Amino acid sequence: MTATYDRAITVFSPDGHLFQVEYAQEAVKKGSTAVGVRGNDIVVLGVEKKAVAKLQEDRTVRKIALLDDHVALAFAGLTADARILINRARIECQSHKLTVEDPVTLEYITRFIAQLKQKYTQSNGRRPFGLSTLIVGFDYDGTPHLYQTDPSGTHFEWMANAIGRSAKTVREFLEKHYTPELATSDKETIKLALKALLEVVQSGSKNMEVAVMKHKQPLKILETEEIDKLIQEIEQEKEEEAEKKKKQK
Amino acid sequence: MECLIGIRGKDFVLLASDSVAGRSVVAMKKDHDKMFQLSSKLLMAVSGEGGDTVQFAEYIAKNIQLYRMRNGYDLSTKAAASFTRRNLADYLRSSTPYMVNLLIGGHDDNDGADLYYMDYLGSMVNLPFAVHGYGSFFTLSIMDRYYKEDMTKEQTLALLQRCIDEIHERFIVNLNSFKVKIIDKDGIHVLKDIRPTTKPPVEAEGTQQQQQLMDTA
Repeated sequence: MTATYDRAITVFSPDGHLFQVEYAQEAVKKGSTAVGVRGNDIVVLGVEKKAVAKLQEDRTVRKIALLDDHVALAFAGLTADARILINRARIECQSHKLTVEDPVTLEYITRFIAQLKQKYTQSNGRRPFGLSTLIVGFDYDGTPHLYQTDPSGTHFEWMANAIGRSAKTVREFLEKHYTPELATSDKETIKLALKALLEVVQSGSKNMEVAVMKHKQPLKILETEEIDKLIQEIEQEKEEEAEKKKKQK
Repeated sequence: MECLIGIRGKDFVLLASDSVAGRSVVAMKKDHDKMFQLSSKLLMAVSGEGGDTVQFAEYIAKNIQLYRMRNGYDLSTKAAASFTRRNLADYLRSSTPYMVNLLIGGHDDNDGADLYYMDYLGSMVNLPFAVHGYGSFFTLSIMDRYYKEDMTKEQTLALLQRCIDEIHERFIVNLNSFKVKIIDKDGIHVLKDIRPTTKPPVEAEGTQQQQQLMDTA
């Protein structure tokens, strides 16, 4: 039954599904993991870096894109589709500044991207974009935001979220460990993102890319040494926790 | 009636623009800034048709920002100037040409400081010093006489002061304040406004004699 309802996406299935959109969401689940955490004064994006072939040049920062000085985006899914979306979003960021003299708010640019994705779920002959995005940044008044968009064109605001491979596992980890007190510390926010990413990625700075942004400061990609140091701290804390539990027993 | 001045010094460019915003015979605003920041080390001074100047400058500025977002680095001064010139020239033969004369000053790591002069017909030249407007009639000869390559900031400001004094002396329109900005390797710096040097009032020789005669009488 499903086979007859997934050729033209403008067609609903009898039980109310848009199968192309659902298949697009499957494509997202195959993409490498991306994690986003919102602190009180900092936003963090972490992405899984897939191992490159031996002869391939390792290009840094392919999955975290800067849309404007105050907005960054990480995605999970089809990289080529992402390039198109990112380009359109970048143009919109400048166009917005040109017409209203103000930089975009996070909500505005998320809505723009989501609306664009939705348009492609209701167009003849077009397929949906095969990616989900995590959009982070600071509004002009200094409030941090983290938004997520889907291939269906929906968007939600989150305090912490993950997309891509094993997103469910990572999200559950985040739900367990995210606290408002943690959000007050920049370092703890970054460490939470790292810990969440470490749930599904092999330990080591060469398998992940982490970017942080603070209000009125440019996006900062953490160096491998910085990541390694934080991972060391995390592992030490884990050991201490394990020791404590042993002693309690 | 507007005057834009650009002078290239040792590893920096100085841009100065008069700060009168006028319409017909009325000076609407006396502290108007005619320079637009295109990027962290690119500055454009514009003069010409009222709305066109701001519209064009903002359009170019946002496109240069877009380039930076897309590619991760700023356009060089030369590339930005060429892009600007290309836009001016393309729009020239459309039904909506831009009537804008401009100076672009910038600094980048490869070519150092650069000054470009562009007019509304889309011609562009790289110059050590350049002036737009009626002010050019009075100042270009001053610059020919006193400009030297690789001047310091102080020397360049002194040269600019001479130019502004000459404009004040001979130009029929009163341009008594100029906004001044400098672009160097550290970015764009705003300097104090420059005004013509106030000279002490000159008494005609005749009146002194007359006064003496009258006193003795």
